Amino acid sequence: MFAFIIRRILQAILVMLVISLVGFSIKNSIGDPVRDLVGERVTPKERAAMAEKLGLNDPFSTQYVRFLKNALHGDLGTSFIYRKPALEVILKHAPATIELVLGSALIIVIFSLPLGMYTALKPRSLFSRFVMGFSTLGVSVPVFLTAIGFIYLFAVTWHVLPSYGRGETVDLFGNGYWQTGFLTIDGLKHLILPCISLASIMMPLFIRLIRSEMMEVLETEYIKYARAKGLSPMRIWFVHAFKNTLLPVVTVFGIQIGIMFAFTILTETVFQWQGMGFMFLDAVQRADISLLIAYLVVVGSVFVIVNTVVDVMYGFINPTVRVAGTK
Amino acid sequence: MSHLLEVRDLEVKFALRFGDITAIDGASFKLDRGEKLGLVGESGAGKSVTGFSIINLISKPGYISKGKVLFEGKEISSYSDEQMRKIRGNSISMIFQDPMMTLNPVFTIGFQMVETIQAHRNISKAGAEKIALEKLKKVHIPSPEQRLSQYPHELSGGMRQRIIIAVSLLTDPAIIIADEPTTALDVTIQAEIMDLLQELCASDNMALILITHDLGVVSQVTEKIAVMYAGKIIEYGPTDQVVTYPVHPYTEGLIKSIPGNVVNPGEDLVQIPGMMPTLTNIPPGCAFNPRCYLRQAVCTKTTPELKDVGNSVMAACHMRYKGDGRTNQ
Ligand SMILES: Nc1ncnc2c1ncn2[C@@H]1O[C@H](COP(=O)(O)OP(=O)(O)OP(=O)(O)O)[C@@H](O)[C@H]1O
Ligand SMILES: [Mg+2]
Repeated sequence: MFAFIIRRILQAILVMLVISLVGFSIKNSIGDPVRDLVGERVTPKERAAMAEKLGLNDPFSTQYVRFLKNALHGDLGTSFIYRKPALEVILKHAPATIELVLGSALIIVIFSLPLGMYTALKPRSLFSRFVMGFSTLGVSVPVFLTAIGFIYLFAVTWHVLPSYGRGETVDLFGNGYWQTGFLTIDGLKHLILPCISLASIMMPLFIRLIRSEMMEVLETEYIKYARAKGLSPMRIWFVHAFKNTLLPVVTVFGIQIGIMFAFTILTETVFQWQGMGFMFLDAVQRADISLLIAYLVVVGSVFVIVNTVVDVMYGFINPTVRVAGTK
Repeated sequence: MSHLLEVRDLEVKFALRFGDITAIDGASFKLDRGEKLGLVGESGAGKSVTGFSIINLISKPGYISKGKVLFEGKEISSYSDEQMRKIRGNSISMIFQDPMMTLNPVFTIGFQMVETIQAHRNISKAGAEKIALEKLKKVHIPSPEQRLSQYPHELSGGMRQRIIIAVSLLTDPAIIIADEPTTALDVTIQAEIMDLLQELCASDNMALILITHDLGVVSQVTEKIAVMYAGKIIEYGPTDQVVTYPVHPYTEGLIKSIPGNVVNPGEDLVQIPGMMPTLTNIPPGCAFNPRCYLRQAVCTKTTPELKDVGNSVMAACHMRYKGDGRTNQ
């Protein structure tokens, strides 16, 4: 198990190196660190001197190593728009996005597990047919349409839920870093529509995945054997079939959570949600290359970390992997 | 006195899109305490379906359309799933063909043994583990304590089949149904597993239904034999009688095709020509008639009944009957 964890961590580091290299290459070719620091109102001569001082004329490899070193110390460049270190800007926006993703993940788990299992166990029932039909529809409707539809219904027509912003937030650690919306009624209300919209992208995928995995598992010999042993249907479904169904789903879930961070860009824009996605779009519009690259590196890291954690977790629940790792 | 198990005129159908097909057509046999019955026949003859219909666990879309299964005199074929659960894995255990696929890969051996006992007995985990250990010893597993915490993939095929046999012993069943328990294993291990099953039946006075396509194995292990062909039992009787003096030409063919087991010395090893028909195109009359060397006009018209041919043997053949000079050798 230990060797398996080490191997996964080494792989994660390798992936991070590739991401940083890509990020740095982009920054190196189109970024303008001088402008990031002093803006556009300087003479060409001053700019040249400045560039020399910043080491911008050094060979690519030297600059890349410097970029890596700085990144390890938490320095991902300076944001031109905010006039602050890029990482600080991102971290400031991260809690909003993380809460959005967390809320959506929760909704996905709460709904797709029972729905996926039910449609697998009772595939012919009317409700299963309805769920499957609905999930086909869900896959084909783009997220901004769902979001706008929700806003129109719940905010504009019925006035039951707010349609933009995070509402009332609470300072979680008392140091101003993490404003959470999970602890107030108003904050939770504001979370509902954005979370459902974001969850609606992945939900049909998960219902279908869980359903098909479960159906496959139910056809196996070991399930038939469990019945021949006289176990109750509840035990067969929720102990024997459940764990085998969940194994492949957990991995996909890990990957999809990572991808959801990217999908937040759309959701956050529609709901005016002041998170990283919102910030990203702002950075694109105003060509804040340093901030964009920093975003790329941070989201890339989150993706890699989530995947590694999920893989290690998978190793713990799947005995076959555990042995493969130790031998 | 009633028999331990009695299958009476069992008919099993599969509801397919184009209509129902009959997989088992009027099978009847009996089993007494401690008795061993062999169910033989080619692939697709309906052996497994017969085995599973005893515990009413035929895979969908199959169902029992006629006949009864009586266990200890009670008609279990009309039991609800809830009632049937108390019998499955308790009084009647099953052993499946492929030990690599039978155990759940994500649970330990101990877990899968304990849950089986707890499904049928009100007993603590520690108590159940004690029984599990005892049964593992009984099937001669080396270092049984260690096995409880192991996962199926850590064990070889032969070892897994021993464990599955141990699982089937957990509740001291009256009957074990073993569906080709050795087909997926090496030849040397096959013999070990068969020896073990025989030994256990003798020591615990358990009845065994051994499903196999290997007449050779059946003739060494069982006292009674039922030969199946295209969903029907075509010959049924004491094993030594059937193996030495086969009545139905199909049984005869099967025996002649076992190496070193030729009925009349000097004859060559022969394969029965042709193939068993699929259930959807069984010929009229006797299902075996296209492959039969005794075929007459009547064989293609009427289906022969299973009838007494003497020496406690029953056979379904128009050409062979009691007193035809062949069966009373
Ligand atoms: N799930 C099913 N759906 C439809 N037909 C089935 C199903 N299971 C079995 N059958 C039919 O029942 C017949 C008998 O099958 P069975 O599995 O009992 O054969 P068998 O004698 O055990 O053969 P084998 O030696 O290959 O295990 C098959 O030929 C098939 O036509
Ligand atoms: Mg079979």
